Amino acid sequence: MHMMRMFEHIGTMVMDWARVFIDFSSLFSETIYWAVMGPFKKKPLHLHIISDQMVFMGIQSIIIVFFVMFFTGIVLAMQSAPQLIQMGGLIYVASLVTISICRELGPVLTALVIAGRIGAAITAEIGSMKVNEQVEALDTMGINPVRYLVVPKLIALFIMLPCLTVIGDLSGLLGGYLIGVYNLNINSGLYIQTALKFLTLKDIYTGLSKSFVFALIITMIGAYQGFKTRGGAVGVGKATTVSVVTSFILIIIADAIMTGIYYFSGY
Amino acid sequence: MPEQDIAISVKNLEKSFESLKVLEDINLDICRGEIFVIMGGSGSGKSTLLRTMAGSIPPDSGQIFFGNKALHDLGEEEKDVIKRRFGMSFQSAALLDSLTVEENVSLPLQEHTSLTPNVISIIAKMKLNLVGLQGFENYMPSMLSGGMRKRAGLARAIAMDPEIVFYDEPTAGLDPVMCAVIDRLILDLTRKLNLTSIVVTHNMESVFRIADRIAMLYRGKLLEVGTKQEIKNSKNEIVQQFIKGKIEGPIQLT
Repeated sequence: MHMMRMFEHIGTMVMDWARVFIDFSSLFSETIYWAVMGPFKKKPLHLHIISDQMVFMGIQSIIIVFFVMFFTGIVLAMQSAPQLIQMGGLIYVASLVTISICRELGPVLTALVIAGRIGAAITAEIGSMKVNEQVEALDTMGINPVRYLVVPKLIALFIMLPCLTVIGDLSGLLGGYLIGVYNLNINSGLYIQTALKFLTLKDIYTGLSKSFVFALIITMIGAYQGFKTRGGAVGVGKATTVSVVTSFILIIIADAIMTGIYYFSGY
Repeated sequence: MPEQDIAISVKNLEKSFESLKVLEDINLDICRGEIFVIMGGSGSGKSTLLRTMAGSIPPDSGQIFFGNKALHDLGEEEKDVIKRRFGMSFQSAALLDSLTVEENVSLPLQEHTSLTPNVISIIAKMKLNLVGLQGFENYMPSMLSGGMRKRAGLARAIAMDPEIVFYDEPTAGLDPVMCAVIDRLILDLTRKLNLTSIVVTHNMESVFRIADRIAMLYRGKLLEVGTKQEIKNSKNEIVQQFIKGKIEGPIQLT
């Protein structure tokens, strides 16, 4: 009897996950379809919504990305300095900060900040539209909700997240530089020279390539949880939490996978 | 009724959610130019019926015919083209709250026509004028009262000059005077614009003020369809209990 119940339980769990997977894939493919094929089928992109979203997602996130990355750069320099001094290589603070920010911390921390700010906003917006019949209203007007609500957000974040990552990288480097030059008394020219010596173009574009994937994760998880929302204001709150948490986890997993790919393929 | 006079017809419609049967063997013909009211208690399936007719919920079996087209057999694109000939007014008005009133009314025109922004703006103002909302073009939906939101929703529903307008509880949550205003509006729009109106409501005053014909839905089944007089004189005890709003009677409260 217990055995039966256990199998039943496992069965429903598998079914639930399968349903999530199917729903998510169909939302994803529909989004890509409207973003790529829409313009060829006389369904142009909503350019004014894209530009509004770019302002909201990009321009208005600059300050928080700056602060998070600037202080991360400061902390990195301060934490690594004592160890490097012991080994007599204080100057390598410059390269350590630069490489860890450009390769890893810049793209990931920026994506996490944006997942918190934008992922939550996407879910809350679509979720409250869902519970207030607005999504259905779009549908009855013959306006595809995915095309109208998700595609502009995806395109906007696809453009803005890499830009924010670059800003985040620069802010982190600035933080490290300030500690290196004004606290650790490294010569400014020498700091910059050492920083650039070890930094390759690959570090920058592997970092940026990650941010495209993160943009995809943040928008699609945000939209999926939004469309799945049920049950009024409480439902919107729950969906928003799930959206942010899921995005966080997936960003870290995707980061590990991509780093693994670059690592094993010799980058 | 001759074929060409039928605006929309429902054949053998069945719909369940999970194991709950919501609609059972529904057959209806709705004539062009009439105001057809579907009444019934909460959970009787009337909103589901309305949404299935409007094409937003697919039925389990049965079909909706619009002209000679079976609505739910069409592909998404063809269905979207048909949907442009429908308008829908929602219980909560369902205006997009990121857009102004005028932008809301303009939205279907922007999406489906190649009219210039100036022309669209003129049409939107005209539609808002029809529902008595001139001067509120630049208001956000959150700044409007419930009745005004309903009217703005109505203006959006008629933006594309639809042939059929569906109303989901148009007077729910409004004061009696505003109810009368909305009822008058439904009557005026239907007659002036030569529309067919399908109204879901449980407001009895409204029902008898606007209906040309009435259908009574109870537990997913159609109990009776008839004119106001026929429904008033109905022998069916459930219908009588419902229209008189009595506690005692055959209606099982859940």
